Amino acid sequence: MTRALWLSLLLVCALAGVARAEPLAVWHAYRGDEKAALEEVLAAFEKKEAVKVEALQVPHDAYAAKLTAAVPRGHGPDVFIDSHERIGDLEERGVVAVLPRESAAAGEFPQAALDALASPQGLRGLPLALKCLALYVNETLVPTLPPTLEGIAALGPGLPRGVVPLAYETRNMYFHAALLHAFGGAQLAPDGSLGFRGEPGVRSLELVQRLMRDGAVPEEAPGAVVGELFKTGKAATVISGPWFASDVGQSVRYRVVPLPRIEAAGAPMRPYLTVEAATLTPKGSRNPAASRLLAFIAGEESAEIRAKVGRQVVARTKLPPSAQGDPFLSAFAAQAAVAVPMPSSPRMRTTWEPAERALKKTLSGTVSAEAALTEAQRRFDDVVRPAPRARSPNAAIAVLGVLALAGAFWLFRRIQSGELGPALRRSLPAYGWVTHAVVAVGALVILPIAVGAGTSLFAGRQGQMHYVGLANFADILSARGAPLLSNGSFYLVLLVTLLWTVANLSLHVGIGFALGLVLSRPTMRLKPLYRVLLIIPWAVPSYVTALAWKGMFSRQFGAVSAIVEALGVEPFSWWARFPTAFSANLATNVWLGFPFMMVVTLGALTSVPKEVLEAAEVDGATRWQRLWRVTVPMVVPTMLPAVLLGAIWTFNQFNVVFLVSGGEPDGTTDILVSEAYRWAFTRQAQYGYAAAYAVLIFLLLFVSSRLMSRVGRTKEAT
Amino acid sequence: MNERRVSVLESVLSHVAVLLAVAFSLYPVLWVISTAFSAGSAPERRVLPIPSHLTWEHVATFSGGQHVLSQTVSSLVVSVATALVGIAIALPAAYALSRMSFVGKDAGVRLLLATQMFPMVASAVPLYIVLETLGLLDTRTGLVVCYATTSVPFAIFQLRGAFDTIPKDLEEAAMVDGATRLGAFLRVVLPAARPAIAVTGLFAFMSAYNEFILAATILGKEEALTLPVVLQRYVGEHDAAWGVFAAGSILVSVPVMLLFYLVQRNLVAGLTAGGVKG
Repeated sequence: MTRALWLSLLLVCALAGVARAEPLAVWHAYRGDEKAALEEVLAAFEKKEAVKVEALQVPHDAYAAKLTAAVPRGHGPDVFIDSHERIGDLEERGVVAVLPRESAAAGEFPQAALDALASPQGLRGLPLALKCLALYVNETLVPTLPPTLEGIAALGPGLPRGVVPLAYETRNMYFHAALLHAFGGAQLAPDGSLGFRGEPGVRSLELVQRLMRDGAVPEEAPGAVVGELFKTGKAATVISGPWFASDVGQSVRYRVVPLPRIEAAGAPMRPYLTVEAATLTPKGSRNPAASRLLAFIAGEESAEIRAKVGRQVVARTKLPPSAQGDPFLSAFAAQAAVAVPMPSSPRMRTTWEPAERALKKTLSGTVSAEAALTEAQRRFDDVVRPAPRARSPNAAIAVLGVLALAGAFWLFRRIQSGELGPALRRSLPAYGWVTHAVVAVGALVILPIAVGAGTSLFAGRQGQMHYVGLANFADILSARGAPLLSNGSFYLVLLVTLLWTVANLSLHVGIGFALGLVLSRPTMRLKPLYRVLLIIPWAVPSYVTALAWKGMFSRQFGAVSAIVEALGVEPFSWWARFPTAFSANLATNVWLGFPFMMVVTLGALTSVPKEVLEAAEVDGATRWQRLWRVTVPMVVPTMLPAVLLGAIWTFNQFNVVFLVSGGEPDGTTDILVSEAYRWAFTRQAQYGYAAAYAVLIFLLLFVSSRLMSRVGRTKEAT
Repeated sequence: MNERRVSVLESVLSHVAVLLAVAFSLYPVLWVISTAFSAGSAPERRVLPIPSHLTWEHVATFSGGQHVLSQTVSSLVVSVATALVGIAIALPAAYALSRMSFVGKDAGVRLLLATQMFPMVASAVPLYIVLETLGLLDTRTGLVVCYATTSVPFAIFQLRGAFDTIPKDLEEAAMVDGATRLGAFLRVVLPAARPAIAVTGLFAFMSAYNEFILAATILGKEEALTLPVVLQRYVGEHDAAWGVFAAGSILVSVPVMLLFYLVQRNLVAGLTAGGVKG
């Protein structure tokens, strides 16, 4: 019946698809004012051209995944908007139709913006807006702004109590780069190596350390906290980008100025410049209307709307009327003119992880700046070393052939021996009950997994992969040539993962089972209320609660630190050491996971017949005996699959690790699956290597679950 | 008399334990609620999550989104359909695994468990291609098909466990009375397994209701987006509207709590049904 339903649904979808010519599609990740501005621009184009345009706002976190899944196969938008440093990568994946250089009329756009979008063949898109950091100054608190960073830091004594002179995201490399540039450094050196090193690196880090020590800058201030500090007048100045203005709103009187000079460096701070651009997809390049839409979005009329409504620093040589004389937009335009365009090479994307680790480690005060930067160099050089060389796939084909032959032979023997035929015939009725599940799971679960596993035999970046045999596995299992238990090696991460799984699972099952038991007591009052309150951690989307937990562990502003302080302990940084960072992750994941086990327990307890318990009671068994001799043995078989799956899910739970500790300190709280994700997304997009991690995780889990079930069976037998 | 005192003590202890757990589970959520209703308060170390300036603005922004009503419907339709389709696929298979023996059964169970072990790090694009081949891109049907099939392995394990605890005599008696296997399954086994089905359905519903990466990748129409996708759009590259995000998260989780409230009645019913049947 379900099959018929699906077929009819399929038919409906197909019919809907051919109804009429498709409107132009534009994808973007804008929010708030910028989104409103874009919609106004698109409406103006619709009016002018009598073409329908449909905009789709995609969450930033899913944007690249959606583009790379849809566009290379001819789906998706005609035009999309993204930052220049990502568009280069998207071009390699077939998402971008390169424009001829002439599509940007001479003198229309600033040369720096065009340079950022240049590809060997032409332009990757037309520039829309410039984004960079600048200084927000609370005019009430700071009537006259000192010209240097050191001067601003020294404002402290003159400010009201509890007000910090400067707030920004110190632990974020995007912000720190502005200091690094002032000292003459660069995150990516011209020769393609990690440039966060040497004197500029050390001096920039030591400056921030000093600012923190003097209380000029708060220590652990994520973006949300920086915003709150400024809005409530608790921060005299803030380093942030144009997006910050909508958050601040009318709460304080402020102005924006370019970033100050650093006296120690003898040069001004220079933030990164990103150029937001509208880009044509291959699909859009076949449609003249899409090209006209592109030119319109980047054009003069649109620039006026984007500046006025969207408060964008538009990338135009001649600023639109509403941007001229606007102090906010002029300040950002002035800053953009001296900002450092962010390199768009794949190597640049690989610098973030090691650079940020060194930054966080140094600011936590656990190691010296020199040591942290040396370690960052080693990490970077290790990640960017050349992929294993291509190998002939003949050996693999031969092995596959032999396996297929052996399988066929085995099947032939089974048929010949006359066992299989009758056995199959007896199985026929059962097959009627399972076929649809086999087909569905086979096509949508097993097939994608098999293809994913297959990538583990390849290396290189997506779109240009080559077959390397088992070289990825050899690399991982040899800890990439480093000592076997060195930081970040497969074996050390495996140990952490095992600790993580065991600790989580015992707490999940322990707490969940105890609560399930208590809540199923027949005399318990308020049961329905308790049950609903206790599943709340599971019901609220985990993304927001995981971030709430991270906030609670902040040393300066966190609730956990407040509790710790109330207990008479000096608040400490949770992310500086492995045991505390691991405990923070553990607390979050236990909180997220115990309701599941509680519900499973409640469900399993329904399979314990009352009569049996009553009979045991009549026979004089104590409550404790009834629990351990009757309830537990009856509940265990129903709970076992959930516990086993819980173990597997915990082993592969990377969300919490990502959002709470982020691997800190220095990647030691990372588990195997978060390592795999880092290889796939931050380290040169080495999907083959990530897939090899996935296969190893799979093999580990598979073998251990087989062993466990074997042990369980022998126990049962005795 | 003594027994009564013990049971009073036990009752008090139980309530204390549960209340501690409730405090643990509510505390972080109270911080989220405080963010959702706070018009901005100076960050400082505080033990109690009480906002200093209350505001409805964030709630209004989220619920005032252009298509939020149709998106809510979309979310509910997708999640309910996922639960129904997932259960529909899993039920017969779980029954066969519990009651019948056939060639390939053990291997199938092992394979099913194995599907849960492989991290999804490299299988998103192949999944996209499968949906493209089936013509299900950009449709809620496609999303339901994906969610439902991914929920099937777990559902089969849960339901097989539940069927294993139902005595065979019941359906054998029905079959002696002339019912077919299918009839016995529908009329005898399914009612007895109701609580397990409800819980399994809840799991499938939850997994679909909170997922956003796949939904954002597959869906392409504004009105058809599911709520987690809408919610996630308040988090940008450089900044996020945390107040709106928090308010939205709270609103989004209300249906789940309602649903759980309904399902747990089933759990209680299951308890007594177990007694009758035993």
